[in-house]
Amino acid sequence: MTALTPCGDWRASYAADTTIFPTRNSRIALLVGLALLCCAPLVFGRYELSLLINIGFLGIAALGLNILVGFTGQISIGHAAFFGLGAFVSAYLHERYHVPVLLCIPIAGLVTAVIGLVFGAPAARLKGLYLAIATLAAQFILEDFFARAQWFTGGVAGRMTESPVLFGLAFDRDESYFYLTLAYVVVMFLGAANLMRSRDGRALVAVRDHYLSAEMMGINLAYYRTLSFGIASLYAGIGGALYAHYLLFVSVEAFNILFSIQFLGMVIIGGLGSVMGSLMGAAFMVMLPEVTQWGADLLAGSAIDRALKLGASISFLREMVVGAAIILFLIFEPDGLARRWRLIKAYWKLYPYSH
Amino acid sequence: MQVETPILAVDGVSLRFGGVRALTDVSFVVRPGEIFSIIGPNGAGKTSMVNCISGRYRPTEGRISFDGADITRLGPNRRAGLGIGRTFQNLALFGHMTVLDNIMVGRHHLLKSGVLRGMLYWLGGAQREELAHRREVEEIIDFLEIQPVRKAIAGTLPYGLRKRVELARAVALKPKLILLDEPMAGMNLEEKEDMARFITDLNAEWGMTVLMIEHDMGVVMDISHRVMVLDFGRRIAEGTPEAVLAHPEVRRAYLGEPLDAPEAEPVVA
Repeated sequence: MTALTPCGDWRASYAADTTIFPTRNSRIALLVGLALLCCAPLVFGRYELSLLINIGFLGIAALGLNILVGFTGQISIGHAAFFGLGAFVSAYLHERYHVPVLLCIPIAGLVTAVIGLVFGAPAARLKGLYLAIATLAAQFILEDFFARAQWFTGGVAGRMTESPVLFGLAFDRDESYFYLTLAYVVVMFLGAANLMRSRDGRALVAVRDHYLSAEMMGINLAYYRTLSFGIASLYAGIGGALYAHYLLFVSVEAFNILFSIQFLGMVIIGGLGSVMGSLMGAAFMVMLPEVTQWGADLLAGSAIDRALKLGASISFLREMVVGAAIILFLIFEPDGLARRWRLIKAYWKLYPYSH
Repeated sequence: MQVETPILAVDGVSLRFGGVRALTDVSFVVRPGEIFSIIGPNGAGKTSMVNCISGRYRPTEGRISFDGADITRLGPNRRAGLGIGRTFQNLALFGHMTVLDNIMVGRHHLLKSGVLRGMLYWLGGAQREELAHRREVEEIIDFLEIQPVRKAIAGTLPYGLRKRVELARAVALKPKLILLDEPMAGMNLEEKEDMARFITDLNAEWGMTVLMIEHDMGVVMDISHRVMVLDFGRRIAEGTPEAVLAHPEVRRAYLGEPLDAPEAEPVVA
């Protein structure tokens, strides 16, 4: 579906025709939205802010997975391991070499990207199910490594770390950490949107859509398939590092395969092959348990609770709802929230009749 | 046509899939600036030949050289960089991309910005590069008359337009040699005429050497400088369209063994 643009919106230059946000209104909406977000710490409490921060770093990592799965058409069920690797690298660099945390985060992203390229190498040869199994191996190898490499991860005890500090100003409270996360979200999402409108981004999509003709167009398949793992890991690493310095504690158990599946869920629910969809998917995944928790609390002790004898198992509702959401999205909206959002916008643009 | 160094020289190429011989000892040269057509009955090995030239298949035996350099073992993506572009018999567009992006993919080997510069876009010169190439791509879009659909998703276009977009994508590579695998298959007369005009223009004005597979004899005989005929993987004739048409083996391959009434004016447009 091509974007709906209002009548009379003529682009007079190629630069104006290749912007990320196509219309003036969408650009204004973006700026207003960003301005409102900047005011969020003044309005929201710590709980809401922590949800937003979670959405931020999970959204960055989900975007990485979306570049791999949605844009390049590959599969990874080891994304959480790279997320964890980013967290540990950042924490380790800070503690062992006393690198300032603000510097640790991008370095952790780069280190994770390099490791991701190594684990992505099988992608040069494998496709589909075989690739899925290869990435599953990456998940378990890294998880095992986290558990055993005590020098690096602190072993079972996990690793404590510290908040970022800039010119004596510490990002140690939700209010300040929110701005750091927001800055990273803006930079990383702009980066992905830019990538997708330039040479290598197009090459990735070409590999997904028709790899044979992509190769005839001069695209090196092995290179781009591996590269997409590197990019995905870069995003996972930065997301993970932001996670580490927010929670201030990284545990080895956190980055299991369930977490990887959750990332896949975010990407599917948000919309495969959509940059903003990744953020929507992350927001959905973060908010869903909160909403079901709220629902569960509401149900607890009520007539329904007693009638169905839910009792203690009511808390399992959360997990069930997440699973159900993925299935329902796959059936009813395989293109995810991003498409739903496009349809809503189109509806209001065309209301009450279309021109 | 005077003798020049050939742009493409195929020398004794054989291709076998297990026991099946797709091509047997095929040799020919394509001279710079000509329109060279390969014809033959179904299953004659025409597409296999083009796949060998574009690198999708490795010939079992023989040598292929392009512009004097041996490319027999070169990967397909490297050949695009050397200046070989192609279209496909069965459409092979990037279905979810816009027409514009499809054509821009053709510029891949001419663009320089990698991941980092792509992400920084405004800072590393990626934008400048994009816009410069966009300008050239727009010339191709104008030439092939696909301006109205440039922002359409390629997979949603009707067949005739898709064929045209595929040609545009191949032209965007700035190829010296363009391989067209049945550019007119499934088209109506008007679309065929357009396509024939595009091909002759590409050859005469854009200076591209054309190697074409086509079943429409009228078009082949009208616009080709030279024609090669394949049958069961062997070259049975090569020469000017008139000479090939008169060749007895060609008549046999296309029409079967002549019986008593030999002169039934065989191949008609």
